[in-house]
Amino acid sequence: MKYDIILSGVGGQGVLSLAAVIATAAAKAGYRVRQSEVHGMAQRGGAVMAHMRIADGEIYSDLIGQGTADMVLSMEPLESLRYLKWLSPEGVVVTSTNPVKNIPNYPDEDELKAELDKLKSKRLVDDKSLASEAGSSRAGNMVIVGAAASSLPLSMDDLKAAVEDLFSRKGEKIVEVNYKALDLGSQIA
Amino acid sequence: MSEYVVLGDEAVALGAVHGGVSSCYGYPGTPSTEIMEYLLEYSEKKGSPFACWSSNEKTALEEALGTSFAGKRAIVTMKHVGLNVAADAFMNGALLDIRGGLVVVVADDPGMHSSQNEQDTRFYADFAKIPLLEPVNQQQAYDMTREAFDLSEKMGCPVILRLVTRLSHSRAAIATAAPREENPINKAPNKMDWMLLPANARRRWDSLLGRQKDMIAYSEESSVNTLVMNESNSDRAVITAGLGYNYYKENEAELTDKPSHLHIGVYPLPEEKIKKIAAQVKELIILEEGYPLIERMIGGLLPRDLKITGKLDNIVPLQGELNPDNIRPALGLAPKESAALASMELAGRPPQLCKGCPHIDTYTVIKEVQAELGEESTVTSDIGCYALGALPPLSVPETIICMGASITSAKGSAEAGLKNVMAVIGDSTFLHSGLTGLVDCVASGTDVTIIIVDNETTAMTGGQTTILPSSRLENVVRGIGVEPDHVVTIPAHRKFHDENKDRLKKELAYKGVSVIIAVRECIETARKKNK
Repeated sequence: MKYDIILSGVGGQGVLSLAAVIATAAAKAGYRVRQSEVHGMAQRGGAVMAHMRIADGEIYSDLIGQGTADMVLSMEPLESLRYLKWLSPEGVVVTSTNPVKNIPNYPDEDELKAELDKLKSKRLVDDKSLASEAGSSRAGNMVIVGAAASSLPLSMDDLKAAVEDLFSRKGEKIVEVNYKALDLGSQIA
Repeated sequence: MSEYVVLGDEAVALGAVHGGVSSCYGYPGTPSTEIMEYLLEYSEKKGSPFACWSSNEKTALEEALGTSFAGKRAIVTMKHVGLNVAADAFMNGALLDIRGGLVVVVADDPGMHSSQNEQDTRFYADFAKIPLLEPVNQQQAYDMTREAFDLSEKMGCPVILRLVTRLSHSRAAIATAAPREENPINKAPNKMDWMLLPANARRRWDSLLGRQKDMIAYSEESSVNTLVMNESNSDRAVITAGLGYNYYKENEAELTDKPSHLHIGVYPLPEEKIKKIAAQVKELIILEEGYPLIERMIGGLLPRDLKITGKLDNIVPLQGELNPDNIRPALGLAPKESAALASMELAGRPPQLCKGCPHIDTYTVIKEVQAELGEESTVTSDIGCYALGALPPLSVPETIICMGASITSAKGSAEAGLKNVMAVIGDSTFLHSGLTGLVDCVASGTDVTIIIVDNETTAMTGGQTTILPSSRLENVVRGIGVEPDHVVTIPAHRKFHDENKDRLKKELAYKGVSVIIAVRECIETARKKNK
């Protein structure tokens, strides 16, 4: 088994904390994980991309080869389109539909939506409103993980165990909110 | 044995701790920063080893040499261009009688994710005639750090551990081994081996050259430099180095008749193994992360009619980092099919200064003054977050070269006749290598206006504490001899825009050295403190 994910978003959105939940869950499920991150200059509000590789055998490369990723998981719609070259023809795009417009030439939203609709296999997630429904506007990344869950080689129990690991020091309420965010996300078809 | 999930950088830090390191020095620089951050945190929790940031890479390396002189193990960390700053100490350190293991960790940045160039540190190891170890994964990063200390003591010289961005910043699980005790104090027995007077230096150079055969023998026998022969394939063989190994292994299954494969992670080069793999094939494919070092060095070892496929003929790209895709042409493999790409044009999203960043407010002042002066002004800048002021909408600086060069290139520009020359430099960069440039300006009485954008932190690398607190900067500048009336501290905030602009114009009008310190804490650092 191998499962390769390209994670994308805008610097400051918390792409790495989203990655941490999946990586922790995969380790709990007994898989090997390798995760390449972006630190330094690119983190300052620019496009960020991370490679996450999950496998039951040896993982050699930190980088995913083009055309071989099983999923593009994105916290921002424009960013979800930037890395399709890495996605396999059978791969799925899971992305937030809420734009981060920190550039002057951000594309027209209708045009962007039309482009997302054209994707062969996709789950488009309004993470903002589902996060509010879960009880915190900051739980958007867990909504996105939830939306990805049915494609990942991980169970909801694995993911919840990871959430508990990573959030328990912030209190039971935060853990509950993130559980709910995961559940709401997982209902997106 | 325990398991840890760590970044490549953190694996190095843990390897140093378990390898009995006593002192750790470094200057922040992507992608090396997280090594020292881990060591600092570890040291704070456990009380040892000693760890601190230094003013720059040169002072860090010299401090580490002092630890080694005392017989204890030391590690020093930096990014690739930092070794240029430390090069004097590094090249001379190679001649000393090293008894306390000294490991120089240098993180290269092929592809220039966060750097000004993509120089390859392996050339420095060859230049100084010392061993270099290069891990390909987090486990090797841990193991090789420990090995590097032992090797340094065995060969009696410093050892380089070379990392690259993709390993420094990639996370995986490692298994650790039993920690080793620190060395006791044991001062170098013969001071003649630590004083590089010409007579001693000639003797030490002779000794170092004499040890080359031991280093090559070590490399020949190293289990990292693995040779896997497949004698049935007489067409081609593969040599990998650094992360070239990972990308080759990723593609190897697609090759029908597996070529013989030599991986090189321990330098100097294992010449016999190279001769052996080359002897029985028509083509040698070389996949090395960095410049074509192996490709250039092995020419003399090989039969003349051997075809070499690598970076010199650009079949493997000469620029940028390797990846699983760009080595495929050298292996004769076709590109893989991807999902359909977007048909619309995707607007780029370059990094930018954070909303509310004090540098924006300072640059806005400079930009307005620049616009009023037209061609009659020059702005040099430096290495740090404020380099992002080069991008629209600010687009203020005209030069960004290397640490500290804003001040010195401003000096040279003013002396060549340019008017209203302003140098923009951060507080940490100023203390790293701006001070000496300011001394030059004061000595010559050059007409420059230096603007220290003081955000009270080393921001670009994640907010490390600056070596001296901000409150001392003004005294430092005065102490160098800048006229007290022309050393001014201003608040880097748009609320004071008009006053700040007037002050800048006033200092530009002064025909001499002015230093304006624009102070406001980095908003990221402030946010972290409030958490």
